[in-house]
Order: sequence, then C-alpha cells, then structure tokens
Amino acid sequence: MMEKMIFGRYVPIPSVIHKMDPRSKLIIIFLFVAIIFLANNWITYALIALYTFFMLGLSKVPFRFLYGGLKPVIWLVLFTFLLQLFFTKGGNLVFDWGPIEIYEEGIRMGLFISLRFFFLILITSLLTLTTTPIEITDGLETLLTPLKKLRFPVHEMALMMSISLRFIPTLMQETDKIMKAQIARGVEFASGPIKERIKAVIPLLIPLFVSSFKRAEELAIAMEARGYRGGEGRTKYRQLSWRMIDTLQVGLLVILTILLIIFRS
Amino acid sequence: MDISLSQVEYRYQANTPFERIAIQDVSIDIPTGTYLALIGHTGSGKSTVLQHLNALLVPTEGTVKIGEHEIKSHQKNKNLREVRQKVGIVFQFPEHQLFEETVEKDIIFGPMNFGVSEKEAKARAREALKQVGLGEEILEKSPFDLSGGQMRRVAIAGVLAMNPDVLVLDEPTAGLDPRGRNEIMEMFYTLHKKRNLSTILVTHSMEDAAKYADQIVIMQRGRVMKKGTPTEIFSSPSELVKMGLDVPEVVRFQMKLEQKLSVKLDKVYLSIEELSSAVAELLGRGVRT
Amino acid sequence: MTKKPIISLNDVCFQYDGQDNYALHSVTFDIYEGEWLAIVGHNGSGKSTMAKLLNGLQFPNQGKITVCGLPLTEENVWDIRKQLGMVFQNPDNQFVGTTVEDDVAFGLENMGIPREEMVLRVQDSLKKVKMEQFLYQEPHHLSGGQKQRVAIAGVLALSPSIIILDEATSMLDPRGREEVLEVVRDLKNENRLTVISITHDLEEAAKADRIIVMNKGEVYREGTPEEIFSMDEELIKLGLDIPFSVKIGKAFRQKGIDLPKHYLTEEELVTELWTSHSHK
Repeated sequence: MMEKMIFGRYVPIPSVIHKMDPRSKLIIIFLFVAIIFLANNWITYALIALYTFFMLGLSKVPFRFLYGGLKPVIWLVLFTFLLQLFFTKGGNLVFDWGPIEIYEEGIRMGLFISLRFFFLILITSLLTLTTTPIEITDGLETLLTPLKKLRFPVHEMALMMSISLRFIPTLMQETDKIMKAQIARGVEFASGPIKERIKAVIPLLIPLFVSSFKRAEELAIAMEARGYRGGEGRTKYRQLSWRMIDTLQVGLLVILTILLIIFRS
Repeated sequence: MDISLSQVEYRYQANTPFERIAIQDVSIDIPTGTYLALIGHTGSGKSTVLQHLNALLVPTEGTVKIGEHEIKSHQKNKNLREVRQKVGIVFQFPEHQLFEETVEKDIIFGPMNFGVSEKEAKARAREALKQVGLGEEILEKSPFDLSGGQMRRVAIAGVLAMNPDVLVLDEPTAGLDPRGRNEIMEMFYTLHKKRNLSTILVTHSMEDAAKYADQIVIMQRGRVMKKGTPTEIFSSPSELVKMGLDVPEVVRFQMKLEQKLSVKLDKVYLSIEELSSAVAELLGRGVRT
Repeated sequence: MTKKPIISLNDVCFQYDGQDNYALHSVTFDIYEGEWLAIVGHNGSGKSTMAKLLNGLQFPNQGKITVCGLPLTEENVWDIRKQLGMVFQNPDNQFVGTTVEDDVAFGLENMGIPREEMVLRVQDSLKKVKMEQFLYQEPHHLSGGQKQRVAIAGVLALSPSIIILDEATSMLDPRGREEVLEVVRDLKNENRLTVISITHDLEEAAKADRIIVMNKGEVYREGTPEEIFSMDEELIKLGLDIPFSVKIGKAFRQKGIDLPKHYLTEEELVTELWTSHSHK
C-alpha cells in the first residue's frame, strides 16, 4: 500500500531533458519563475505556452504523469480563477445577475493568473519528472557552493538530503511491516471515529521513531568507521557535466526573456 | 481451527503497470493441531502466503478458509477482527512492534484491542511472560530498557496473550544466538503440544522443519513445489539439492555416507540419534564394499 | 604462516557509562597477520564491544590496543581506520549511498581520492565481490547478502590490511550467508587480508584458523577449531553450539563406533568411517 506513494515522480525514459545537467535545469526553473511575471498580454502568454509545450514535448513524459502532478492543485487554480473573475472590476460589464457582476477585465485577469499558475506547475513538475532527487541534490549543492563562504553548511545539507532520499524506501517498507504487525494485534487504521484513528497511529509512530533513531545511530557509526569526518578534504564521486544542450537550453530561455520584454504591453 | 487455502493467487498492485504476481495456485490444508513448516528462499512467496493466514492480504484469486470464515477477492470481507484474534502472528524481528511504556501495557495491548477486560488481560500477561521464560519483575519496566533477546520474548508474549488458536511464526529466531534459538523453538513446540495449537512456521531452516513439523510445504517462485511429511520430503534429498534447496544436516550426512560406502540405508533418518544407531548397526554387521 | 601480530590487546578493560559490570575485563591476546580469527560468544558476551574497541569507536578504560604497530589513540584513530575495514550486522544501516556505486565510493570520497582513481577502484572492488552488474542499483532492490557484499566492496576499495566482520552474516538467510562468506574466503586468499569474524555461527567459526571464545567479557578459551570444539558440552553451557560433524561424531562414539578424534567437516568424518570400518 505504501509503494503507490512514491511513484508519479521520476519517470525514467531517455529524453533530451532527462540527459540535461541538473544545474541548467535548476537555473532554467528559477529564471522561468521570474520571467513568467513579465507576461501580461495574449502574445506574451502565447510565447510562454509555446515554450512550455515545447519543453513538455522534448521530455517525452506521458500526459498522465503530468496530470498526476496537476491534480492536487487544480482546485487552487480554479479558485484563483473564480476569485479574479468575481472581484476584478474594469472594462465592460459582461454579466450582471443580482450581486454577481463580471467584467471583461475580470475574465482576462482570471485567465491570465490561472494560466500563469498552470505553466509554473507544468514546468516545475517537469523538473521532478525528469530529474532524480539525487541529481537535484547534486545540482543544488554545486549551485549553492558560493554560500559556503558565508558559512552556510552546503555540504551537510546535501548529505542530509541524499541520506534521507536513500532511506525513504527503507522507511516505507518498515512502516508497512509495523502496520501489519499492529493490525494483527487488533489495531484498525482505516476505520472508526477520527479520535480512535489518531490513537491508532501511536503504535505505528513510536516503533518507527525508535527504529529510525537506531538506524541513525548505526549509520553514524558506520560512516565514522568508513572515515567520514565532515566535508573538508572530501572529493566527489558523482559528477555533473554541462554539455552543449545545457547551453542551448539556457540560451533559449534568454531568447524567450528578450521576446517577452519586447512584446509585453 | 482448520485453515485451508485453495488455488490462491496474489498480485501486488493489481491493475497497474507495476503489477507483479507474488503467489499463484497455492493450495494448502492446515487441520487443527498441525505443525506446518513453510520453506523457501527469500522471494519465494512464503511471506505472502503468511499474510493470507489472517487476512492481512486478501487473495486476488481463490479462497482462504479460516475456521468458519471464507475470504475471497471481490467481496466484502467482514469480521476480519474475529479471524485476527484467532490467528496470532509473530513477525520477523517482532521486537520492532513494541511501543508501550511498560512491558505489561505492551502485552495487554493485543488482548484489550480484541475486547478482553483489563483484569483478564493482565492475568494473561503474567501467564504469557512465564511461558516465554521471563519473570514478573520486568512487567513494570520499559520494553526499551531490555536486552534484545528479552524484547523478542516480550513481543512474543504479546501475541500469546491474545490466546490464539493458530500461531504463525515468521523466522522467530532470526538473529538470536544458538541458546536463544533453541529455547524459543522448544517453547513454541511445548505450547503447540499443550494447547493443541495449529502452528505454522515460516523458516529457512531445514533443521527446524525436520525437527518440529509434521507437514512441510516448499515454496519456489510463488508456487508450491512440494508438500508432505518430513520423511516424505527428505526421502529424495538429491531432488531438493537440485532445486537449490538445503536439506537437514543429518540427511546430508546420510547422503554423503551412503555415497562413500556405496550402501543405501533402509530409510531417511531425521535425527542424529536415529541415524547414529542405524550406522552403528550397519557397521557392526560389516559393510561389503 | 609467520606469526607476526598485527593487532595486540593488552589487559583491556571497558565499561559502558552507567553500567556496573565490565563489558570487557582484562582482555589480552594477539591477532596475527594473514589469519582468519573467529571471536565467538553468546549475545552479551562482550564480542561486539570488542569490535567497537578495535576500530576506535570506543576507547578502553584501561589497557592498550596496538594496530599495525600504532597504539590506538584518538590521534591515531583515523590512520588506523584506513588499515581496518568493518562490515556491520545490519545490511541496511551501513548503506550510505543512493546507489551501489555511490556507496562503494563513500569511503574513497572521505579519503579525498581523486575522481579518476575512484572510478577504477569502485569497479575493481565491486568485481571482487561479484557485484559489478549492480553498479547503478538502488539498495532497496538488493537482497541482504548483496548489500553486505557491497559493504565489503566499500571496505576493499580502501585496500585495508584487516577486515572485521561484526556479525555481518547474522541477519542473512542461508544463501546470503554463504555468498558473503565465500567472497571473504576468496579475498583472504588472494589479498593476504587478516580477517576477524565476530560471530555466533559455529559452522562459520569451524572454518577459521583460530577461535577465541568470549564469556562474560573475558577470554574464556583460545585455540584452533579442533581444540575449541573438543570442549563439547562446555560450549553449549556457554550458550553456543558445536558443529554438526562434531555432534554426530559424538553420537557415533556413544553407539560404540571407535573414532580417534573430532572431525570438523563431514567429509573427514565420512572418510574416517569408510577407511576404518568398511574393510572388515
């Protein structure tokens, strides 16, 4: 039952986007989040849409996986749309029914803001769909390296992230096992009033905590025994390689930025 | 309580691209009072079978009968709690399920979930502790202050206190030292005899299977490969070896001896005592080579 | 075999904080270069504490430990760890990397080995444990035995002179146990490693060059497997067991079959029965 939760993330297929350096992907995402606010008319939104769908196409990620990422936020998008629709005034009155008044500007703003949301979600989920969590960690670590000068613990953060990623499946298996053991002892996780259900979680959580602490302790010992003494003087096995495609992709985004600046009103 | 599995199949994540058949066409009968050993390598499907024995998993095909209850796929399976009360499972490394503040509270947790009064549950806790060879003085201790071996026993006591009719044991001695292993196995056997329990032992150990079980089921790649009494199962040891399975040490020794001396003993012996007598008699008579 | 001590323990005592009893008391022995030493004892006999001390994860309250000529002190501990690789009991809790190759590289990264050399060493050591097919595999797709072999590869990559197996096979199924022991046996023969295996598996100990039996934090007995297994009932009293061939040999003797000594393998015993009893 636990296995279902993890997939829907990384989709291992060969595509240009998958092969890109996580650093370029992260740079593109950050830039994209910024420049999407430049769009303010139909032509600029059309450019953004064109770019987004072009990237989706390159990634070859099947639509249902994208939909999986959209599903949880679709209500939020709808809500923002309605909010803008009813409360933005300006332009011609299009619809008038008692207290409800809808203006031209309301429709425009509603559409624009929900589209902005929509594209943001698509592009960011494209990152997680085409990049393994460990690649993202590596990318972040390298990009954040300058922060080391400010005594920000970049290496430690990255190590923590990669160890957490490593142990997620292990903890999932463990949760499943303890859950079954407690069900066999008469605990009902899935039914009963909410108070009972919260109580039922305790026999699951405590053993999980206890075993996680034990794991953490043993892991620390094992790491020490293998000569780990902090980030200093360490070399790195995992390597990132910036290729032509990465430069091209960043270039493409720069062109998009320029176009947006030219065509925005 | 009789248990029977007929043509049980289980698929993990059925109807998804990740679908995987864990077991198929598994039929096993476990009449009341049977000591059954379920043997197979990791991944052979034996843990999946185990989880069907108290409806932790519902078969995707076929039927599981536990006492009066019939568990099938595509139907609402009611009163699973009744089933679970009757079938106690000792999971691998059961000490991982301990969570209460005191040993006593942890042991009475199971029985009280199934509606036993606190007074009755506490009486059972004392009884169960005695069975697993621990003293009452630890009742008020935190289970997390105990040694690994003691924690294991407390967890087992928590299952015994539910007074199950059927006891399912998943590698109950994994990680214990030889003395602990022996004590725990003997304890379960005594209990099996005394309470006329049905016992299902999931194990890698051919020794334990040969020593305690009256029925053995061997699983391989999700299917039942062989079933029968220990004598039946081990009477053709070379077949098991060919399947990549172990045979008990005694049987292996008998094989080697028969080969070397070019003789065939009248039957397969499952204990050192019997085998050594048979060999002594054979050598006494003199072997013609 | 030249008997050159690679590790010496001299009157070592150790007590955990807040405990009344000594976990180890006045322990003195040598471990020789190139030998396979099994340290056996029931759970709580002090054998696991020994592993922690040898690696400098704990320091003795009293006494001295010397590893590869260096006294084991806080200053030397990192140099000593380079000489001495450890494989722990739980296969999951020592797997640091997100994939097999990353995990093997972890120790190398810690030592600051250049990347080009790391790649070679990772591949080479995975080949030695027969796991080269699994370079990119994630740990939760591996069996216990495979994870332990990766852990061994991680140790080998640092080319230590000593490898300590701290109950490394106790959580494995029989197949996994055999895989791991076979790999260690091969490695020992090829690389002149010193192997210290801390275990309660007596079948495993029977194949060692020498056995030390621990009880209540003290060295109870030390000797070759033959010597140790002739202790017989005494071992069972210590919470241990005796190998099958010794057990059945004993039964034969009781039934009046004359056997001159203890046999540590079934083959030897079968051969003995064949030579001395079948040609009447």
